[in-house]
Amino acid sequence: MNDGLKIELGRRYRFSASHRLHSDRLSEEENRRVYGKCNNPHGHGHNYVVEVRVSGNVDPATGMIANLADLDGFVDEEVTEPFDHTLLNEDVAAFRENVPTTENLCKEIYKRLKHFPKAKLERVRVEETSNNAFEYAGEELQDCQTVQQGDHGQ
Amino acid sequence: MVYLTRKLEFSASHLYHNPALSAEENKRVFGKCSNPHGHGHNYTLEVTVAGEPDPVTGMVLDLKELKEILEQEITQRMDHRFLNYEVEELKGQIPTCENIVRVIWNLLEPKIQKGRLYKVRLYETPELFAECYRNGAQGA
Repeated sequence: MNDGLKIELGRRYRFSASHRLHSDRLSEEENRRVYGKCNNPHGHGHNYVVEVRVSGNVDPATGMIANLADLDGFVDEEVTEPFDHTLLNEDVAAFRENVPTTENLCKEIYKRLKHFPKAKLERVRVEETSNNAFEYAGEELQDCQTVQQGDHGQ
Repeated sequence: MVYLTRKLEFSASHLYHNPALSAEENKRVFGKCSNPHGHGHNYTLEVTVAGEPDPVTGMVLDLKELKEILEQEITQRMDHRFLNYEVEELKGQIPTCENIVRVIWNLLEPKIQKGRLYKVRLYETPELFAECYRNGAQGA
């Protein structure tokens, strides 16, 4: 339908995981200074909320941008299943190299969902706690933003 | 530019059924959303209007006025209704969040005379929403 309107679909998912913020490029003291208690050696956990937004044409036969069963299945396979009840630093390959801050988590989830075949990924929002939220909309968009209130993971 | 958002809740039932598809196809595509007697949701609508505050009143538009528009156009039309059968604007469409949000946009846009309608977001559940805005507007 070409009426100049854009429709996006948003869906929220949850997973629980632990992480430790620690950078190999910093000394022990610097790690403690930068990351505070998020640097405690055995890590700590969060209940993460991932909000996924997709856009596309609304199929007149189904009234849908994408069938939720397809979106749910894709997110489950790419994100929820591999991330839920894991230690992100150890169990997700990307975070053996990169510090699993929620900024990096947001970008990793975006990267994994970018290839959803049934609709265009618009943005990913990750809520680490109810006070911390991060959004990533890819590099090509001007309006990608990171929203942070409060300290990391506290 | 200031963006103001007003929320509204309404409760309604619907079902997903495309008469061009067989019973099996409807079941396959729409799952339990195609159960024949329908099912209901508590919908939450967020309506965002953009504009400059009037220098005299300090308002983009009077919230009372917006509340009345929402009451007349949305609550009276959709609250405690079976969307498939009782909402004229949805006739012939599957009442998904995507389609309802577009209908809501088209109902509200001409009624909002002060400021302009910027965004409409409709939650079907806390985990699922659709958003509508003009192409080129930022969907933040």
